[in-house]
Amino acid sequence: MNFDDSPEEARYRATVRTWIAANAPDMGGLSADEQRNWHPAHKAIARQWQAAKADAGYACISWPKAWGGAGGTAIEEAIFNQEEVRAGVQFTYFMTGLHMLLPALMEHNEDDLSLARIPPAVRGEEIWCQLFSEPASGSDSAGIRSQAVRDGDNWVVNGQKVWNSGAQIADYGMLVARTDADLPKHKGLTAFWVDMKTPGLQVRPIKVMSGEAELNEVFLDNVHIPDTQRVGAVNGGWKVVISTLMNERAALGSGTGLSWRDVMRLAAQTPAWEGSAIDDPAFREWLADYYVNVEAIRLLSFRTLTSLSRGEAPGPASSAGKLLWSNKTQEMASEAVDLQGHFGLLDGSDDALLHGAFQHRFLWAPGLRLGGGTDEIMKNIIAERVLGLPADIRVDKDVPFREIPHGR
Amino acid sequence: MNFDYSDEQKALKDQARRFLSAESPLSAARAVLENPATGYDSALWKKIGEQGWCGAAIPEVYGGHEFGYVELCALAEELGRALAPVPFASSVYQFAESLLHCGSEAQKHALLPQIASGALIGTLAFTEGPGVLTAERIETKYENGTLHGTKIPVSDGGIAQRAVVLARDDNGPGLYLVDLEGGGVSRRTLSSIDPTRGTASITFDGAPAEPLGKAQDGLAQLARIHDRAAILLAFEQIGGADRALEMARDYALERYAFGRQIGSFQAIKHKLADVFVKNEVARANAYYGAWALGSNAAQLPVAAAAARVAASQAFWFASKENIQTHGGIGFTWEADCHLFYRRARHLGLVIGSPRDWKRRLTTALQRQLAAEQAQGIAA
Ligand SMILES: Cc1cc2nc3c(=O)[nH]c(=O)nc-3n(C[C@H](O)[C@H](O)[C@H](O)COP(=O)(O)OP(=O)(O)OC[C@H]3O[C@@H](n4cnc5c(N)ncnc54)[C@H](O)[C@@H]3O)c2cc1C
Repeated sequence: MNFDDSPEEARYRATVRTWIAANAPDMGGLSADEQRNWHPAHKAIARQWQAAKADAGYACISWPKAWGGAGGTAIEEAIFNQEEVRAGVQFTYFMTGLHMLLPALMEHNEDDLSLARIPPAVRGEEIWCQLFSEPASGSDSAGIRSQAVRDGDNWVVNGQKVWNSGAQIADYGMLVARTDADLPKHKGLTAFWVDMKTPGLQVRPIKVMSGEAELNEVFLDNVHIPDTQRVGAVNGGWKVVISTLMNERAALGSGTGLSWRDVMRLAAQTPAWEGSAIDDPAFREWLADYYVNVEAIRLLSFRTLTSLSRGEAPGPASSAGKLLWSNKTQEMASEAVDLQGHFGLLDGSDDALLHGAFQHRFLWAPGLRLGGGTDEIMKNIIAERVLGLPADIRVDKDVPFREIPHGR
Repeated sequence: MNFDYSDEQKALKDQARRFLSAESPLSAARAVLENPATGYDSALWKKIGEQGWCGAAIPEVYGGHEFGYVELCALAEELGRALAPVPFASSVYQFAESLLHCGSEAQKHALLPQIASGALIGTLAFTEGPGVLTAERIETKYENGTLHGTKIPVSDGGIAQRAVVLARDDNGPGLYLVDLEGGGVSRRTLSSIDPTRGTASITFDGAPAEPLGKAQDGLAQLARIHDRAAILLAFEQIGGADRALEMARDYALERYAFGRQIGSFQAIKHKLADVFVKNEVARANAYYGAWALGSNAAQLPVAAAAARVAASQAFWFASKENIQTHGGIGFTWEADCHLFYRRARHLGLVIGSPRDWKRRLTTALQRQLAAEQAQGIAA
């Protein structure tokens, strides 16, 4: 056990830090609006940065060189990510593709056509989105009703996807559809990759409660997908789903965004009964509780890293990180808003402290407890897959999909 | 001992629920959300005025209806349930209570009749910045009959015609009455977590004002007014929390996952049971507060702070777990869940945060214990 960098790691960190300082894009030139996720100017900078990293061997560091990676170690990749976060230049556009979907594509496919998608994604030239969830299939991720019917060398897909992050700007998506409704639900699914410009595929943004439109509905109307774009085996889609979801939870469980440092800065600016809130014993007690939890999230990500560096897949225990991160983020945003008292209600960037970052987080936090698997599903996974408790009695497991009861 | 509304109070509450479900469906709050510059639903406000609700606790001599405080609590619960986008809390729980408890006879006679009819909107302007307000931190000044300084944020500050303002003169903090439509007043509407309840900053640059009643310690007066408002707000919070729980229950009955209603999963059942228990804790404390308010009981400071702490926690918990129960749908702008999440935070902070009220509660408890010991009451 050692949480310090080894001499080689320290050397690598120093090199990386120097390189980032010399090459990181300057975000200062952007207006407050342009600094927001999904703004075209913000996205353009993210793409340039990704390409610069790829040229210097810092994109997908742990992937083989043949796929545009650097052939490095998982530890090196983690060190680079930490330094990126530290410098404030980590972007989320490529995460769905690079952390979730493409590793699954590489795991399940060996054909050149599919693998040709990987280098442009590594360079940030092509952005990916996840087309799994449907109106009646969220937590119940095998409850997919979109249908893919074989037609010669093609599949014809009809149905609807929903909650797809970034689909409005994505170039490619990974999609799961039902290919046999007479088989039990997990056994009749097949995965595909699809060009988002394919005729019949329509993306409609969804406005979320914070007022932004980063999620989407995706309608599939006779979308033709060549069989060469199938991922994994026919009716083997569930395996693909599982590999992506485990990657997602491991990625989400490592935590990003406002930190305890930001809360401390806020508290230092906020008057309390005596002095500032940073001296208020009630705040300090909360902060200590909060810190041990979020610090655990950071440290637990090293465990994930340790298993990755041994070539092991992230286990179900990473669900604990996802559960903690989303709940502690909501708690932190709530606490930071409350700390300011009546004034904390203001969320305009001109009036609110830290330009309203905490209020924005407060309005986004409910989504964190749902996306990537809900709290309740994370707890089920911990109880059943880590602790070995018996699963719920299932009414949907060994019956043909079309016979499963459903409501809305 | 009687832990319930009387039959007449129940009839008033039922009538209020029918009125508000017709006149203030959630689409009314949503309309203000979509167009926050309006600040409130003026047509609804007019109708509420016609119902006489604004004067429910105002004595007849001042043009009110004098139904009583428990009746006002029952109305508050229904207004909270409906998320009514109107300045009721500012005008009735804060402004009218300021006048009733601190104002001179002349001030009461001049303004309360119009407040009671809803013709006039009043508010209470105290906050000046983030964090805790102490006497030394008040920068707004009262000099030669005029006010100078900025109050931010002021609930309904963009639409109110009169305000009671916390300011200080050479003797310390005091409360002052000001006409917001007169000279020396400029206002700016502000964006807030709950756009269905208007918020503004108000700058006074020599606005004519007069002391509210006899000059006294303004912070102590503010604390007394807020004790009263806390109980009324607690009823709005309970109304909102109950409705959020009903929404979650209804959705849990109709949504299926894994071939079952999601309400059949124990995780969801226990979650909603937890919401129910928190709502019960809030209700118990708020009812005690309603009694203390109506009877001016000595326990008022303890009851008010306890009601505020419990009701703020209940509405926060109910509103966030309602979103959680709804899954992705609950996170959308289109679903009504976020209206409750926003309103819960608004009500929880509008007269100071639960953190401050916990401090007030424990201080009031210390006083109560000391008084009991002095009287030789063993508990
Ligand atoms: C911000 C965000 C980003 C997202 N991004 C994507 C994306 O890019 N691509 C994509 O495909 N999807 C995405 N999703 C969808 C996400 O995976 C689903 O919203 C999530 O799985 C929940 O599904 P649901 O919305 O259908 O809710 P439901 O599954 O209907 O859940 C409703 C409630 O029931 C509970 N519940 C369900 N089953 C059980 C059970 N067995 N035991 C106990 N409780 C249960 C849930 O926990 C929840 O509280 C995103 C969602 C959000 C909010």
